[in-house]
Amino acid sequence: MSTVALSPPIEKRIERPGRFILLLRYLRRNKGLALGVVILLGLVAFTVIGLMTVDLKQAYPLSVAAKKPPSWKYPFGTDFFGRNLLAAMVVGMWQTAFIGVFAGGLGTLIGVVLGFISAYFGKWIDATIRTVCQILTPIPVLLIQVVIAGSLDKRDVTIVTMALIVVLLAWMGPTLVIRAQVLTMKERQFVAVAKLSGVSDLGIIFKEILPCLLPFIAAAFVAQVFSAVFAAFYLAVLGLGPLREPLLGNIIWAAQSQGAFFNGWWWWPIIPSVAMILILGSLALINMGLDELANPRVRRSE
Amino acid sequence: MSLKLVIRRLLFLVLVIWAASTIVFFIPRLSNRNALRERFGELARTGGFSPADLEKIIASMNQQFGLDRPLYEQYWTYLGNILHLDFGYSLYRYPTTVAELIAQSLPWTLGLLLVTTILSFIIGNLLGAVAAWPRAPHWLRAFATPFILLTGVPPVIMGILLLFFIGFRLKWLPLGGAYSVGVVPTWTWTFFFDLMQHQILPALALIFGSVGGWVLSMRGMGVTIQGEDYVNFAEHKGLTGGRIFRDYYLRNAMLPQVTGLALALGTMVTSAIIVEGLFGLPGIGTMLNLAIRANDFPTIYGIVLFITIAVAVLMTIVEFIYPLLDPRVRSS
Repeated sequence: MSTVALSPPIEKRIERPGRFILLLRYLRRNKGLALGVVILLGLVAFTVIGLMTVDLKQAYPLSVAAKKPPSWKYPFGTDFFGRNLLAAMVVGMWQTAFIGVFAGGLGTLIGVVLGFISAYFGKWIDATIRTVCQILTPIPVLLIQVVIAGSLDKRDVTIVTMALIVVLLAWMGPTLVIRAQVLTMKERQFVAVAKLSGVSDLGIIFKEILPCLLPFIAAAFVAQVFSAVFAAFYLAVLGLGPLREPLLGNIIWAAQSQGAFFNGWWWWPIIPSVAMILILGSLALINMGLDELANPRVRRSE
Repeated sequence: MSLKLVIRRLLFLVLVIWAASTIVFFIPRLSNRNALRERFGELARTGGFSPADLEKIIASMNQQFGLDRPLYEQYWTYLGNILHLDFGYSLYRYPTTVAELIAQSLPWTLGLLLVTTILSFIIGNLLGAVAAWPRAPHWLRAFATPFILLTGVPPVIMGILLLFFIGFRLKWLPLGGAYSVGVVPTWTWTFFFDLMQHQILPALALIFGSVGGWVLSMRGMGVTIQGEDYVNFAEHKGLTGGRIFRDYYLRNAMLPQVTGLALALGTMVTSAIIVEGLFGLPGIGTMLNLAIRANDFPTIYGIVLFITIAVAVLMTIVEFIYPLLDPRVRSS
């Protein structure tokens, strides 16, 4: 008898790309999201490198020669008040980022908490929160913010108060979004099972529902950052910002008050405008991209 | 629309106006700023009357405007005044009332707003509908893309870019103001053309800034409408592409956009105000700018309240018009 040696079966290698590779592949399909992330990373790099290398004192008035067009020494030029616009951009970008993340984060947090309370406990609590949101929504937020910012003492207007003013009337959107999501989530079977197994209310909220909501919360956060940056920018353009700070809107307000175009100082309003386009554009692209990610029906698969 | 629904909508409108008025009444009173004291303190420094006189003036002013009465009484009178659009006196241009100031500048803002809202609504919806229509020629569909990319850009920044390229570099159009310096407003064609030249850039800024939003929502709507049975049915009947596009597809996709119009009003008004400020057009926006610079609080609050009320009323009107356009809503 001869033995036949069977060669061991060839194991078919299944390709299991890592999470990072999957993320990169997804970004290749969702080009808008990729572009938004790239621009945002570029802006972060600009700000971080700028904060470390540029003399930040030059972001404030009377620190450099005034009204110089862009040159090798001052790549973005200098303004009427003797600010180096490169330094002003670095500081302004940093302050904008702070307002966006702080106000956006706080607004989202309030929205998530109120949305959960409203949807989970229902009854009169839900009715109250919903009615308040519905009544406040048609009121143009910026105008109320104008009233608040205008009533403040000029010395009290700082970057932090700006962010707080922005938050004050910007929690209704996320509240309604999260409320709607929790309402549909609540009826799912896994929540019913958890309830029957004796999981507490808080346990269900934190262990069962919250993890499923993360993509929506992320999308709401980006949307909130976008609207916070937008609102702070508008307030500053109206001259209600902290006037000493080189916030992007403030620079445009100052350029407009001094008739920059009439006097030929074109770079003064243009530089902060381009910065704002890049900031808001990247946030809008990321927002649209995240919408697609959070909504599997339209998500592009491989 | 049933009577009950009409009453509910009107009640909601009253609630919105009440909420806005209450916020505008109480927020300034929470702050430690005193508008009268600031204004007269400024006058006292420049005009040279003694601090004792200043106190007397402020006391008499407080009495005249009822600021010495208890808060609830002031609030009550205030709500009554709001009902007939009485927003008090301008502090800076006393004795002109805020209502008079608004009436002077309203036509400018209204004209700009009306033209730009209608144009961007029509252009945006057509572009969005075409972008989602698979049978449209490719070059036509590509038109929508640049507008979608502009969605995130605020109209003020569009304004600055337009000023730079068209006003500053090419010198085709003026850099700001309502009409050329030294021109006297008359009812002549030359003045009319001068006026229009100054309106083109602000209008373009507002249109470019808002078309993208309409394109996006209309494209999303168009995609869902294409799968509807009635569109398939029309195709199988052998109707021409143009007919299906116009009568079956566009009309149905437009309906939800009308509701969107109501929701977008607030944003449109705010953008118009800020763009006006940028270009120095003599509308409500420039008045708000001046009021902020001069710390003219009654004017700021009056403008804010007036716009809030106007937007709320317009939204309600659009909601009332909607059932006339959509028979399905009317019957239910």
